[in-house]
Amino acid sequence: MTVLLLAVAILVCSGLAALLATASPRAATTLGAGGAVVACVMGLIAAVPFLFGAPAESLHLAWNVPYGSFFVEVDALAAFFLLPLFALSALAAVYGAEYLLEWRGRKSLGAAWLFYNLLLASMVLVVLAHNGVLFLVAWETMTLSSYFLVTFEDEQDAVRQASWTYLVASHLGTAFLLALFVLLGRGSGSLDFDHFSSANASALFLLALVGFGTKAGFMPLHVWLPEAHPAAPSHVSAVMSGVMIKMGIYGLLRTLTFLGPPPAWWGCVLIGIGLTSGVMGVLLALAQHDLKRLLAYHSVENIGIIALGLGVGLLGVSNGSPVLAALGFGGALLHVLNHALFKGLLFLGAGSVLHGTATREIDHLGGLAKRMPWTATTFLVGAVAISGLPPLNGFVSEFLIYLGAFNGVTQRAAVAVPLLAAIAGLALIGGLAAACFTKAYGVVFLGQPRSEQAAHAHEAGVAMRLPMVLLAASCVLIGFCAPLALRPLCGVLHVVSGLPPRTINEQLAGAAGPLRYVIAGSVAFVVLIAALAWLRRRSLTGRIVTQTVTWDCGYAQPTARIQYTASSFAQPLTALFAPLLRARRTLAAPEGYFPRASSFTTATPDAARIALYEPAFSGVGWLLARVRWLQQGRIQLYVLYIALTLLVLLVWKLG
Amino acid sequence: MLGVINRTKAWFAGRCGQPLLQAYYDLYKLLAKGAVYSRTTTWVFRAGPMVGLSAVLVGMTLVPLGGKPAPLAFAGDFILLAYLLGLMRFFTVAAALDTGSSFEAMGASREVTFSALAEPALLLGLAVVARQTGRFSLSGMYGGMALETWRQAGPVLALVAAALMVVLLSENARLPIDDPNTHLELTMIHEVMVLDHSGPDLAFIFYGSALKLWVFAALLVGLVLPLRTGHAWLDVGAALGGIFAVAVAVGAVESCMARLRLVRVPQLLVGAAALVALALILTLR
Repeated sequence: MTVLLLAVAILVCSGLAALLATASPRAATTLGAGGAVVACVMGLIAAVPFLFGAPAESLHLAWNVPYGSFFVEVDALAAFFLLPLFALSALAAVYGAEYLLEWRGRKSLGAAWLFYNLLLASMVLVVLAHNGVLFLVAWETMTLSSYFLVTFEDEQDAVRQASWTYLVASHLGTAFLLALFVLLGRGSGSLDFDHFSSANASALFLLALVGFGTKAGFMPLHVWLPEAHPAAPSHVSAVMSGVMIKMGIYGLLRTLTFLGPPPAWWGCVLIGIGLTSGVMGVLLALAQHDLKRLLAYHSVENIGIIALGLGVGLLGVSNGSPVLAALGFGGALLHVLNHALFKGLLFLGAGSVLHGTATREIDHLGGLAKRMPWTATTFLVGAVAISGLPPLNGFVSEFLIYLGAFNGVTQRAAVAVPLLAAIAGLALIGGLAAACFTKAYGVVFLGQPRSEQAAHAHEAGVAMRLPMVLLAASCVLIGFCAPLALRPLCGVLHVVSGLPPRTINEQLAGAAGPLRYVIAGSVAFVVLIAALAWLRRRSLTGRIVTQTVTWDCGYAQPTARIQYTASSFAQPLTALFAPLLRARRTLAAPEGYFPRASSFTTATPDAARIALYEPAFSGVGWLLARVRWLQQGRIQLYVLYIALTLLVLLVWKLG
Repeated sequence: MLGVINRTKAWFAGRCGQPLLQAYYDLYKLLAKGAVYSRTTTWVFRAGPMVGLSAVLVGMTLVPLGGKPAPLAFAGDFILLAYLLGLMRFFTVAAALDTGSSFEAMGASREVTFSALAEPALLLGLAVVARQTGRFSLSGMYGGMALETWRQAGPVLALVAAALMVVLLSENARLPIDDPNTHLELTMIHEVMVLDHSGPDLAFIFYGSALKLWVFAALLVGLVLPLRTGHAWLDVGAALGGIFAVAVAVGAVESCMARLRLVRVPQLLVGAAALVALALILTLR
C-alpha cells in the first residue's frame, strides 16, 4: 500500500521536476519519463501480490473536505486494473521519450511530462480510491491532465475542436457520476464506499452506465473517442486507449459490487450495449482512412466485446450459474488486459508510422514493411491479436466469453436468447475486425508506396522500437501460456461476482482444460509451419527462383496509384452496411471524350454525433440565446440583480 | 474430393474428365517446380501459404469422422476451428495485398466481406446443434447424434444442414459464389488472391484449400448422416461415402448454376444466417 502511494508521489514529483526543467528538453524528458518508469515498475511489483491472495490493505486518513476522506484500499479488483496501467504506461513513457523530442524547442516538453505523470497518478488514485469525493477529484484530474495532453499540438484547428469535444463529453459523464455518488451516499450520509446503500439499484445502475460508459466509450456515448485519440501524441493515445477508457469499466465493476444481486435485465442491457458498440464500432472503423481514427473506433469495438463479457457474467450471477459468471467476467477482465497490450502496441506502431512518414492518411502510405521492418512486424502481431486469431492473446479472452455463452445456451429461453445474440455478435465482430485489420496492415505496410512520404519513410529509433517489441512479445506469451493468465483472475472474480473462491477455482480449472488443448494446437501449428518451411526450402534448392514484377495483366505502365486503396478494399462491406454508416461522397466524374482530372472522396462522419448530439447542443444553444437579454453589459444592472436575489433569499428563508 | 467434383462436372458436360487423382499429380508437379517472386513482396508473401496450410492441418485434427472422436477434442473446439480458418484467411489476404496488385486486392476485399458474413452463420449453426445435443465439442456433438436426433428435431437439423451447405460453397470458393475454373481476375475471389504464387507455395495453397473443403464436408456429413451401426469401419466407410456424396452434390450444383452477381452473394449468406436463426427459434420452444 505504502509502495503504491510512494509511486504516486514519485510520479507527481518527477512531473513537477520536469516542468521546472523545461528549458532543457533532454533534462525534462529524463526526469519525466524516468520518474514514470521508476514509479510504474515499483507499482507493478507492489500490486502483483494482491492478485494472488494477499489480503486487501487500506489506509484511512481524515481530509478537510466535506464528506471527503483520504480512504484508499487495494483489493484484487484494483490490483487487476493496476496491472495494465503500470505495464503500458511505463512502455509508453519510454516510447514518448524519443517521440516527443521531435518537438523540442517548439513546445514545452516539461509541461507534457508533467501532465503525463499527473494522468498516471490520477488513474492510480481512481483505482485505489474508496471515498466518493476522492474518486471524483482523481477522476477530474485524470480528465484535465489528459485534456492538456490532447491539446499538445494546439496550433491545429482540428486538435482544438477535438479537445473541446473531449472536455465537454467527459464533464457530461462526470455530472452523471456526481448524481450517482450522491444517491449512493444518501442512505448513510457518508461517501465512503463501505457505507454505500443500494436502494434504487436500477436507477443507480443506469446512472453508472451512462457516467462510466461515457469514459469507457459505449455507443452512443463514444463520440469523443475518435476525435481525441488521433489528436493526442501517440504515446498518450496508447495510454488513453489502453488504460484510461478501462477506468470506465473499473468504475462500472466497482458500482456493481455496491449494488447487490443484479436482476436479469442488467445483463441483457450490457449485452445489447456490447453488440451495438462492437458492430457499429468496427463498421465505422472500416470506413476510416486515418490510421489513428481507425484504431480509436476499434477501441469502441473492443469495449463492446468487454461489455458483452460483462453482460454474460451478469446473466450468470442473476441466474445462479457459476459457469456463466466465472467465464463471462473472466473473459471480459482478461480482454481488458489483452486490449491494453495490443491496442497500446497498435497505437505505438501508428505513432511510429506518423513519425517516419509525417502522415496518418492510409491511402498515402504503402510499402512501409521494407523501410520500417520492426514497426511492420510488431504491427502485424498486434493486428492478428486484435482480430482474435489463435495463437495470440485476443483469441484466449474471446474463447472464454464464447465458452461461457455456449455453456449457457442449453438453459431456458430467457437466458439462451441474449447469449445466442452474443455469440452471433462476437462472430460478426471478429469477422469484420479481421477485414478491417487486413485492410489497415495491408494497405499501410504492404504493396508499393503511394506517395513520396511513404517512399522515404525512416524506421523509428531504439527507444520507440523496444516498447513495441516487448508488447508484441507479451501478446505472444499470453497466447501461449493462457492457463497461467487465468490464475490472477481468481481473486478479482471473487470480488466482482460474489461467488465463493472454491467455485471460481473450479470453473477456471474447467476453462483451463480446453485452453491447454488450444495451446497444444498452437504449438502443433508452429511446428507444422517449421516443417513446411523446411519442405519448401528443400523443394526450392537446385530449382530456378527468380524475381520479377507483379503480374499486371499486360499493362504497359503500372504505377503505384493503380493499387487498391483502403477505401476500395472496404467498399463491399461499407456498401452493404451503407444505411448504418451514412457516408457522404463527393464525386467529380470524368466527362467528355478526353477526360481530365476527376476526383472522388468519401467521408464517414459519426452518425451518433450528427443525429444525437448536434441537434441536442443546438437546442441548448437556442434556449440559452433566448435568455441572453439578461446580459445588458451594464454594471448597475448586475448590482441590481444581486440585490434582488439577496432580497428574495432573505424573504424566503426568514418568511 | 476435388477429383470427384471435377468428374461430376465433366459428366454433366458430357466429357470424360480428369483422372480422379489429378489433384495429387498437380501437387507433385508444383512441388517439383521453381518459383518466381514479385519484387514488391516481403516475407509475408512467402509465409502466407505455409501459415494457411498449417492452420487447416491443425483444424483437421479437430473434426470427427463417422462418429469417432477427433484426435483433438475439447469443449469449444469448433471455436478454435472457425478461428483457425480465419487465421488462414488473414494470411492469404495479407499475402494477396503484399503483391501490390489491384486484382489480388479485389479478390481479397471480396473474400473478407463474404467470410465476415458466413462466419456468424457457421458459429450460430454449431450453437444450435450444441443446444440440441447438449454437448460443446464437435466430437461430442457429432458422436452423440443418431437417427433418433433426426426423428426428434428433423426440421432444425435440416435448416442447419442447408445453411452449412451454403457456407461450404462460400468458404471454399465454389459456384454460385465463385468459379474455381475461370482464372479470370475480374470474376473470381479465391483464385485471384493466389495469382502471384508459384511452385511449392502454390502447392501448399492448393492442398490447403482441398483440406478446407474436406473439413466443411466432414462437418456437413456428420450432421446429415449420423449412422451408428456400432462397427467402426462401417461408420467410417459410410462417412467417407457421405463425403464423396457431398462432392457429387457440389459438382452438380456447379454444373447447373451460373455464378451469382456479386451483390447477390451477401443476400445469400444473410439468407443462410436467417435459416439458422429460424432453426434457433425452433429449438427454443
